Amino acid sequence: MIVSTLITGLGLGAMYGLLALGFHVTYAVSKTVNFSQGSSMMVGAVLGYTFGVTLGWPMPLAVIAALLGCAVLGLVVERCLVRPFADRGSDLWLMATVAGGIVIDNVVLFTFGKEPRSLPSTLATEPVDVFGAGAFPLQLIIPVVGLAIAAALTLVQRRTKMGKAMLATVQRPDAARLMGINTRMVIAGAFALSTVFAGIAGLLIAPLFNVSSGMGVIFGIKAFATAILGGITSAWGCVIAGLLYGCVEALTTAYLGSSYTQIVSFSLVILVLVTLPNGLFGHGEIKKV
Amino acid sequence: MTICNPSRRSLFAGAMAALGLAFAPHHAAAEDPIKIGLIASLSGPSAKSGEAITRGIMLAISEINAAGGVLGRPLELLRRDDEANPGKGLTAARELIQREGVTVLFGGLQTPVSLAIVPYVNQVQVPFMGPWAAGTPITKNGADPNYVFRVSAVDEIVDIALVERAVAVHSSKLPGMVLINNPWGESNEKGLLAALDAKGMEHAGIEKVEKNDVDVVPQLTRLKEAGADALFMVANVGPSAQVMKSLERMGWDVPVVSHWGPAGGRFNELGGPRAETVEMIQTFTFSGNDSPKAAEKLAALKEMFPEIQSAADVTPAVGIANAYDAMHLTALAIENAGSTDGPAVREGFYAIESHEGLIKTYEKPFTPDQHDALGPDDYVFTRFIDGEIIPIQ
Repeated sequence: MIVSTLITGLGLGAMYGLLALGFHVTYAVSKTVNFSQGSSMMVGAVLGYTFGVTLGWPMPLAVIAALLGCAVLGLVVERCLVRPFADRGSDLWLMATVAGGIVIDNVVLFTFGKEPRSLPSTLATEPVDVFGAGAFPLQLIIPVVGLAIAAALTLVQRRTKMGKAMLATVQRPDAARLMGINTRMVIAGAFALSTVFAGIAGLLIAPLFNVSSGMGVIFGIKAFATAILGGITSAWGCVIAGLLYGCVEALTTAYLGSSYTQIVSFSLVILVLVTLPNGLFGHGEIKKV
Repeated sequence: MTICNPSRRSLFAGAMAALGLAFAPHHAAAEDPIKIGLIASLSGPSAKSGEAITRGIMLAISEINAAGGVLGRPLELLRRDDEANPGKGLTAARELIQREGVTVLFGGLQTPVSLAIVPYVNQVQVPFMGPWAAGTPITKNGADPNYVFRVSAVDEIVDIALVERAVAVHSSKLPGMVLINNPWGESNEKGLLAALDAKGMEHAGIEKVEKNDVDVVPQLTRLKEAGADALFMVANVGPSAQVMKSLERMGWDVPVVSHWGPAGGRFNELGGPRAETVEMIQTFTFSGNDSPKAAEKLAALKEMFPEIQSAADVTPAVGIANAYDAMHLTALAIENAGSTDGPAVREGFYAIESHEGLIKTYEKPFTPDQHDALGPDDYVFTRFIDGEIIPIQ
């Protein structure tokens, strides 16, 4: 039972982690987050289905087109729902991105249709044996993708000029601009990257779940809990907290019963925040006076 | 250019005439339609069920109106989408009753939505007709007078049939339960426990699934390790599909005997290769039905809704048949009442003696002690085969 439960937990947890990475990447450059991440995840899956199944494009092309669509969505969210408020020093981007998510869900409801659809994948039809437990190959791939993206992001942030520009943008935006860094473009790029991460999560989960306008809501909520749990300032923290959260959910269901799943997993989030206010791997902001 | 300059007297006369019009007693014109409300999921995973109920009611209304209507007035259907949300369902019920003045309210595709509406309709004394939601406490709600009627399955009777099938067909001795975590699941938990108790049987466990669960393997693993030899499944399309995908992943070949939730959408597409093995209870199917009335109504549906090409396009047929019969019974009740007054229509339901419906011929379908028109003899087990819901032995 333990192997099977861990496969479930790691697969779901990687989804939460990928979405949480989206929260991290925008917070890291602008101290703002896109609360329509769940909707961005849904858009990735819906575009993947539309290009790959409805229009019959080859799946690799459909995936690339879907992710490009997600990137454009991220740019629109930043330009229309975040920048106008952030420029005024207002926190109303929070409400604006929540409202934007509801608008996106409803637009998709009217355009994509009311009924959930199945995105077929050869990686989610024939289970393989993993230490005596059955698993779809896709469930094994998802955590690997999550960890690989976190590693790549950390590498970019620490080792490249772009990463340093991102860091400079959040620490001293004015000084960064004087140094020739286009801070607006860095922030817009971060939002595009965050929705691309959400799109990847949507495309990966769709064959295991279904494709519908409301599919991202619960993932968006749990992913934000995960980002807070891991520490929103840490890329690794987000992914590891996602995996941890997924495993706690699955293990609670398996050993205590499904009635206790939400009680235990959200109690864990509260407990961690009481003892570690910056999350498991996050660090507090140092303010120089 | 002349400007009309009305005299003081003519102004007074005009004002009096306007007041007279405003306060004149309103008599419904003979052609004023009698409004019938419908609240159901018209979007989301159960949208097909909402569409089926709509089609059943519209077919019945077209027949009734073609025959001269009810009390000499045509019937008119007003629909609202509850999005499977009890709060939205109750808001829609208030709007349809208070603003639109519907005579009878149909609806509540999901038990939680119906249970939210039931106290309100009993309070405002407007008859509520259930063509789908099967929760036992919907009609057995303890209210006196009770304004809630139903032409649909009833959980406590369905649960007896599920247990009988698991024992008789699959020789089950220790079944497990996979139930949706909402009032519908609770209603069936009580029903299944009572049905098992009546047969002196134990169960392997009761597991809950959520509406948005992606992976149900942990719950199913608990049941497997507890020795379950059959599963009772009570959930709508989405979670039922995830249960079947999880069984496929586990490679656990266990018979699944289900309430009718999976019939309400693209279950065969969403549930993967194992979806077609699920045995679902239904009250009616067009496929494999040799009654002339079924053939006649299928032809009428094809004519009314050109998108219907075959029996596969009228899934779920239960929604159509329940709603069709319920609408005809409701028209009889209003006719018996001789008015659109709620308490009179309620008495009108009790006064129905006999009606030849699509599901069966109803004999005295409603009494003050019996608000469910369908009984234990009106169920059939089915499976999805090539997209159609086909009766099985």
